[in-house]
Amino acid sequence: MAGDIQSLSATAAAEAIANGGLTRSELFEHYRIRAAADTLNAFTWVADVEPAPVDGALGGVPLAVKDLFCTEGIPSQAGSKILAGYCPPYTATAVANLEAAGAAVLGKTNQDEFAMGSSNENSAFGPVLNPWDHSRVPGGSSGGSAAAVAAGLAPWALGTDTGGSIRQPAALCGIVGLKPTYGAVSRYGMIAFASSLDSAGPLTRDVADAALCYRHMVGRDGNDATSVVFPEPIETPTAERLDGLTLAVPTALVDGEGIEPGVRQSFEASLDTARSLGATIIDCEIPSARYALSAYYVIAPAEASSNLSRFDGVRYGLRVDESNLDAMYTETRHDGFGAEVKRRILIGTYALSSGYYDAYYGRAQRVRTLVARELAGIFERADFIVTPTSPTVAFGLGDRTSDPLAMYLSDLFTIPMSLAGTPAISIPSGLSEGLPVGLQICGPAFSENRILGAAHALEGAIGFDGSVTWGGAN
Amino acid sequence: MAGGDLEPVIGLEIHVQLRTATKMFCGCALGFGEPPNTRTCPVCLGLPGALPVANAEAIHYGLMIGMALDSELAPVSTFHRKNYFYPDLPKGYQISQFDLPLCSGGKLGEVNIHRVHLEEDAAKLNHAGASGRIEGADSSIVDFNRGGTPLAEIVTEPELRSAEQVGEWLRLLRTTLRTLGVSDVNMEEGSLRCDANISLRPVGTDQLGTKTELKNMNSFRFIERGIRAEVERQRAIIEAGETVTQETLHFDPKSESITSLRSKEEAHDYRYFPEPDLPPVVITEEMLARAAASLPELPAAREQRYIETLSLSPETARVFAWRAELADYFDAVCAADQSLDPHVAANWVTELQGRLGDEEAEDSKVTAAALAQLAAMVVSSQVNQGGAKQVLDQLVAAGGEPASIVADQGLEAVGGADELAPIVAAALEANPELTERLRSGDMKPIGVIVGEVMKQTRGRADGKEVTALVRKQLGLS
Ligand SMILES: [Zn+2]
Repeated sequence: MAGDIQSLSATAAAEAIANGGLTRSELFEHYRIRAAADTLNAFTWVADVEPAPVDGALGGVPLAVKDLFCTEGIPSQAGSKILAGYCPPYTATAVANLEAAGAAVLGKTNQDEFAMGSSNENSAFGPVLNPWDHSRVPGGSSGGSAAAVAAGLAPWALGTDTGGSIRQPAALCGIVGLKPTYGAVSRYGMIAFASSLDSAGPLTRDVADAALCYRHMVGRDGNDATSVVFPEPIETPTAERLDGLTLAVPTALVDGEGIEPGVRQSFEASLDTARSLGATIIDCEIPSARYALSAYYVIAPAEASSNLSRFDGVRYGLRVDESNLDAMYTETRHDGFGAEVKRRILIGTYALSSGYYDAYYGRAQRVRTLVARELAGIFERADFIVTPTSPTVAFGLGDRTSDPLAMYLSDLFTIPMSLAGTPAISIPSGLSEGLPVGLQICGPAFSENRILGAAHALEGAIGFDGSVTWGGAN
Repeated sequence: MAGGDLEPVIGLEIHVQLRTATKMFCGCALGFGEPPNTRTCPVCLGLPGALPVANAEAIHYGLMIGMALDSELAPVSTFHRKNYFYPDLPKGYQISQFDLPLCSGGKLGEVNIHRVHLEEDAAKLNHAGASGRIEGADSSIVDFNRGGTPLAEIVTEPELRSAEQVGEWLRLLRTTLRTLGVSDVNMEEGSLRCDANISLRPVGTDQLGTKTELKNMNSFRFIERGIRAEVERQRAIIEAGETVTQETLHFDPKSESITSLRSKEEAHDYRYFPEPDLPPVVITEEMLARAAASLPELPAAREQRYIETLSLSPETARVFAWRAELADYFDAVCAADQSLDPHVAANWVTELQGRLGDEEAEDSKVTAAALAQLAAMVVSSQVNQGGAKQVLDQLVAAGGEPASIVADQGLEAVGGADELAPIVAAALEANPELTERLRSGDMKPIGVIVGEVMKQTRGRADGKEVTALVRKQLGLS
């Protein structure tokens, strides 16, 4: 039975529970045991017992939750030493919505500290290993969530995406990751990295699971002034063809240096598949894309430098006692934050400084406006923009830790959509040198149903088998 | 520069706590002396993941203030983050407004307004130890009940010229805000707080000298004394040929001393940037209409009405209108007896306030109805001025009803030829010498005779009537 349970997608597991073929407790216990035996360091906390059941469409399917979501009474540490052991008094809206729909929180997943990273090596709780190759990174910052789903330690997981933090680890771990339209999912209770970019979304085994999870996440929240009403219900994707649809490829971006030949090959194959499903492929240009990475690495650190000011040792988390206030602040933050977080606080503080604001933050915001305008222009001619999700497959642990700029390039293809606030999905498109490659499909704001549909059609045609990482379907 | 006449240039920054039901960015009720940290939630404690949501009522109050100050109201207003570390600031930044404040420009009385913006109040720090400040404290504890209370910051142009003018203008502002009903405007309790930017310049020039900022003065008296002390300090520096340093200062009312809190070099770089958690506030026609409909009669309009409709003197009209409590009391006296001449009512209200000093008439033992009754008794000669003032003294001391005080103590006016004539005759008879002088045309002693009559009547007679009777009895007509 264990193998049967393991082979069920979240959607299938919810159905099995609904029609009596499986009990909630059987399902929860199956995953609880697997998560507790995690050897990838994907989890920072695993439930001891099954939470009290809640009736709902998700039928008690266990959910792994990225550490930075606040969960009442459960450690929520955002991968940081400064929040080690911190248990919030309230639960994030996105998690609460899923719990209300019947999801059962299985555990909290490891991540880059405060979501700053693309390899999950910036966690105070140690790196996460890629289930495809334990010497490689799972991507980041939602690396624990991606590894947990890919390794079958959880049927699905929640992540957050600020510049690619759902899509890139999904790609590197061979699973599906959806970054929603900005504002579609409440940020209330998400420990903030960059407020104007942070988006919560699902990491799942397949596209149908992503749609099911996402359906229960969206909605306007009175506690998040930037949240919006999603204009339509999230449907279960059923499309098998792409007839009449146009996919735009930003050729200059995709042809740029740094893209691995294997990734390139897999991407070309995906385009062929799309053509065979009836899609038209066209070229497009995102001229401002070459500035997008720089703009992102001004805006995100600027907001982060302010968002992370609350970690001062006064009310919660780590405090290093000192004889005066300034020393307490300095030593607490010195000991509590990791190197990458400190780097970004410094960059952000500098960018917002009096006299530099216009040259950095002001200019970056103008690039952002430009990127959004260019994407909107492309969506007048095309239904979707498609790119590889990441220029490379999973890289080796430690390979890029000494070169932040190389690390930042991991997000080259995902950042423009983050700046524009538009939705995008990453689905597995195949393997390169035995490691998964991701295909990114992006659409205009609130086009999630269409993106999920196209992803579903391509998923079926590509036929990627991710089961090897959890021991196959037996 | 030494020797030349110098004039102060003063601008004010006033923080007003708004009396909304809930805090600026969360659903917590405002604190009113509850046990520490019982009016808090994840948002106003700055817990990880918590987000602000702007209080629509605070924006409504802000619009009302802007309208009352004749400001220009922004069609779109944004919030910014003002970043700095302090234990009373849980997020490490204050949500305030920067380049798009809710209200720009405006005028109150003779003083132009620079801007009015909304922000959140800090929490309250208590320092254990002798210093009473965070430096040198053994420990400090934070009460977050006040943290997140909505504030309107009102900034004037640097147009005030004296401590007295500041005091008078602040009273007008306080009255305006109290009339709007947007704040308790209580300086001692901190719902109205004032910082002053002060510099000196040679009279007749429009150059601006180096300014200092005098912080957190918590009563009208301290503000005036603090400004006076700082003006004198700067005058002494300039007259000694030295230069004033730009710094933030604290005035200690006990020692009358001014100490430096921080210099310009230590000034914060607040790294303002648009608050990404809050979308811009779009001010709709509906919001403007609602704010306009909520405006009560403001001091300037009241002053005008007192002059034009009630014919009060401009001085009295201003004194009443600029002190809402006094004007409300005056209105109540007029309402208690609508046949009463407003002038008479105004005189008695002024008479009463003179006896009360800082105490408000409405808080005294003298009800508006009692004062109206007393005034009417004087008008109808039931009691004379002197007797009425004695009654007023008793009302102030113990309250009560004028008619019964007059009856109990026999303070009824003695008047009319029947009652007064024999007393006047007796007084003349008792002073034959003076009577002779009066008959011969030397009117000087008449006061003595009148005084004698007043003595006999225990002040209950009317002086004019007595004088007339004396002349009549002596055939002087
Ligand atoms: Zn609160």
